[in-house]
Amino acid sequence: MKKAKKLTLLAMTAAVAIVLSFVESQIPTFIAIPGVKLGLANIAIMFTLYKLGVSEAFIVSIIRALTVFLIFGGIVALIYTLCGAIFSLVIMCLLRKLSPFSEVGVSVAGGVSHNIAQVAVAFFMLDASAILLYLPVLLFSGTVAGVVIGIVSGILIRRINLDKIF
Amino acid sequence: MERKRSIRYDVFLIVILLSLSLCALLIMYLSKRDGTNVCVEINGEQVAQYSLSEDGEYALNGGTNILRIESGEAYLVYADCPDKTCVHSGKIKYVGQSIICLPNKVTVIVKGNASNGVDLVS
Repeated sequence: MKKAKKLTLLAMTAAVAIVLSFVESQIPTFIAIPGVKLGLANIAIMFTLYKLGVSEAFIVSIIRALTVFLIFGGIVALIYTLCGAIFSLVIMCLLRKLSPFSEVGVSVAGGVSHNIAQVAVAFFMLDASAILLYLPVLLFSGTVAGVVIGIVSGILIRRINLDKIF
Repeated sequence: MERKRSIRYDVFLIVILLSLSLCALLIMYLSKRDGTNVCVEINGEQVAQYSLSEDGEYALNGGTNILRIESGEAYLVYADCPDKTCVHSGKIKYVGQSIICLPNKVTVIVKGNASNGVDLVS
C-alpha cells in the first residue's frame, strides 16, 4: 500500500472513531451505571485492526483517546479511556492472531476486557472493593455491546474493499 | 465453512460470558438484605457514617457531593462534576450497594450488621 494512501486511510479511520465517540456521548444514558456503554468507536478500531494492521489500530486508538480528551477534557477520564482502550486492543490483537474467533468473538472479548480494565483502574485509584460488585453487570453489558459492535464491524470489514477506493 | 466454525466458537464464548455474569447477578440478588447504615469513603478512606433510619442531608467532601437519606434509602442529590453519573445512579438500600463518583473519588456504600450475614449463610 502506498504511503499516502495509508496515511489517508489512517486519518479517515481516526476521524470516524472520534465522530463515533462524540455520537456515543450524545446518546442519553439509559442505565446509570458507570462503564455501561455501546463502544461505537470500537467499530473503527476493529476495522483498522482487520484491514490495516496491528500498529495502525494502536495509532488510531491512541489518537482517538487523546482527541476525545482535548474535546471533552478530564484527565481522570483520559486515564480510564487509555487503560481500557490499550488493554482491550492488546486482547483483540492476540485473539485475532491466535484464536479461531470471528469478528464477533474478538469484539466481545474486546468489550469485556475494556470493562475489566476500567474496573481494575477504578479499584486501584479509589481503593474501594465495592467497585468489584459492578463486574457482573459490566461483564453482561460488555458482552451484549460486543456482539452488536462485532456484527456491524464484520459487515463493514467484508463489504469495504480498500483496493477499490482511491 | 471456516466461517461457520468461527461462529460456533463465538457463540461458545458469548454463552460462557453471559451465564457467568448472570450467575453472579443472581447470587448478588439472592443475598441482598437491607442495610443499617451508609459509609462514605473518600479516596478509599472512611470519613463518615450515617444511619439509614434517620432522614437527613449531608454535604460530602467539602460540598462536592450532597447525600440525602430518606425513608431508609440513600442517594446523591448533587454533584459538581459534569457527567452526574452518581446522581443518576438512583437510590441504594441493600448491603453492598454503592454509589460511586469517579471524578471526586467519593464512594457511598451500604453496610449492615455482621450477624445478619451469618444467618443468611447458615
